[in-house]
Amino acid sequence: MSKQKAPSERQNSYVTADGRTIGPAVMEMKNITLRFGGVIAIQGISFDIHEGEIRAIIGPNGAGKSSMLNVINGFYHPQEGKIIYKGEVRRPLKPFEIAHQGIARTFQNIALFKGMTTLDNIMTGRLTHMNTGMLSQALWWGKAQREETENRAFAERIIDFLEIQSIRKVPVGRLPYGLQKRVELGRALAAEPSLLLLDEPMAGMNVEEKEDMSRFILDVNEEFGTTIALIEHDMSVVMDLADRVVVMDYGKKIGDGTPDEVRKNQAVIDAYLGVSHD
Amino acid sequence: MPAEFYYGVEVFLNGLMAGVMYSLVALGFVLIFKASGIFNYAQGVMALFAAMTLVGFQNGQIPFAHLINAALGTEVHHFGWTLPAFVAIIMTLGVMLIFAFLVEKFVLKHLVNQEPIILFMATIGLAYFMEGFGDLMWNSDVKRLDVGIPKGGNIWVEESTAFLGGEDFYGFYLDSLDISAALIAAVLVGALVAFSQYTKTGRALRAVADDHQAALSVGISLRTIWVIVWAIAGFVALIAGIMWGSKSGVQFSLSLIALKALPVLILGGFTSIPGAIIGGFIIGVGEKMFEFLIGVPFLGGATENWFAYVLAMVFLVFRPQGLFGEKIIERV
Repeated sequence: MSKQKAPSERQNSYVTADGRTIGPAVMEMKNITLRFGGVIAIQGISFDIHEGEIRAIIGPNGAGKSSMLNVINGFYHPQEGKIIYKGEVRRPLKPFEIAHQGIARTFQNIALFKGMTTLDNIMTGRLTHMNTGMLSQALWWGKAQREETENRAFAERIIDFLEIQSIRKVPVGRLPYGLQKRVELGRALAAEPSLLLLDEPMAGMNVEEKEDMSRFILDVNEEFGTTIALIEHDMSVVMDLADRVVVMDYGKKIGDGTPDEVRKNQAVIDAYLGVSHD
Repeated sequence: MPAEFYYGVEVFLNGLMAGVMYSLVALGFVLIFKASGIFNYAQGVMALFAAMTLVGFQNGQIPFAHLINAALGTEVHHFGWTLPAFVAIIMTLGVMLIFAFLVEKFVLKHLVNQEPIILFMATIGLAYFMEGFGDLMWNSDVKRLDVGIPKGGNIWVEESTAFLGGEDFYGFYLDSLDISAALIAAVLVGALVAFSQYTKTGRALRAVADDHQAALSVGISLRTIWVIVWAIAGFVALIAGIMWGSKSGVQFSLSLIALKALPVLILGGFTSIPGAIIGGFIIGVGEKMFEFLIGVPFLGGATENWFAYVLAMVFLVFRPQGLFGEKIIERV
């Protein structure tokens, strides 16, 4: 899939080669620096994520990709820099508050609720959309019941979309790895996020599972118009999926642009492509 | 049928009833353990504290009377009124809710991401603090708890089963209090299971029990959930306190019932609500039947004191996760 060449730093909407219109920036990271004691995990990185695009963050092991995702998601708080979300500077929030702002994520090592069924896991993704009080829930009163039914219907739509009907009632701990990854994607999707973060969605998968997952990511982006930021190791996968790519190495940004631009970037080739792929 | 057979059945039924009483205490442990991985050593003391508070409210005791008298040189002990049981129960529930809130604010909040053993130690401290605090607030006398639950042999059960035996059989003897406890436990467990399976908060509780990070990422506030869990555990402690307090009076030894809950938990599994009930039944029936069939005839009796612990030990060797607990699988 070849994407139209476009300048790396865009302020506004643009149109991709395959005709999708990408909206303005939904999230802007400005000069983010994150330190753990003396170790600098992220060093003055800036980039933005536009509405409706698939944005990839790549880099070798230890480049700081996961830290960056954890900053966006609120698990880590950067010492320096600004995060602008939906046009407003975001104050340091707790991860659960950020979830309520419409940022959902998956984890590299799968963080599902293993004792719960697929359906229940996906229903937890709906929590940010449910707000009846404790008392009416306990008594299973009008509003609580209606809310449960509506959200259940939404969860079922996600299950249909991800083609996991057959495992609806299976505790996810018993599922094979590839399916667990898919359920985790489903849980994040159930939140109807404004920004979906995927931490190595293809890690540890075989070729067939990778193809399935790529297809789902593209479908999610196309059908729901979901903005996606993903971290990935597998270069070939990223180049096919992403609209734009940020390349990190040793906590610094060394490249940013469309897959084609990044592929030709000498610094990127030296740091990453040149070593492991050619 | 020989009279011994009916006597055996009666022992069995009484074992079931005793088991329910153990289960009531075990439930509180399971709730907290499931949601936060904490083994709450203070559960027994919570039951004692709840029972003391209930009696105190009911009898119109002035809280901290000793302290007030010592400080102001007065001689006050009672407000001079008595409250209906219903009102006192509601007020005690309120106190347990405040307690849950304070535990989160002053203990758990500061121990996020600590090892389970650290949290366990914190609950030991909490247990001793509450024990002293309870004594200070309501004094340490042995108190009688009566919220109107019938006590003594149940006439109806006795009369309606009398026809089973011959001349010398007068029907089964079951304590009304135990029967009430069984009914209350059944309703309580039904409600808890329904709550955790079919409501949003219940689902959030289970989610937190499973994975803290993932729970945060779907927008669950751990602190809110902990307050809710401790409040529910306080509620269960209140019910256990009422039942045990009605049975044997409100005094320090009430907090030791927690020890009997341990074997129940080992049998049922620390993470299973139905397990706590079945475990209670097995311990209750097991110790009564063992005493009846083997203890008294062959071992000189008094086996009830240790039977439960030996059974738990056997379970620990052969099935450490308990009957209903999640299987412990270590992936290499």
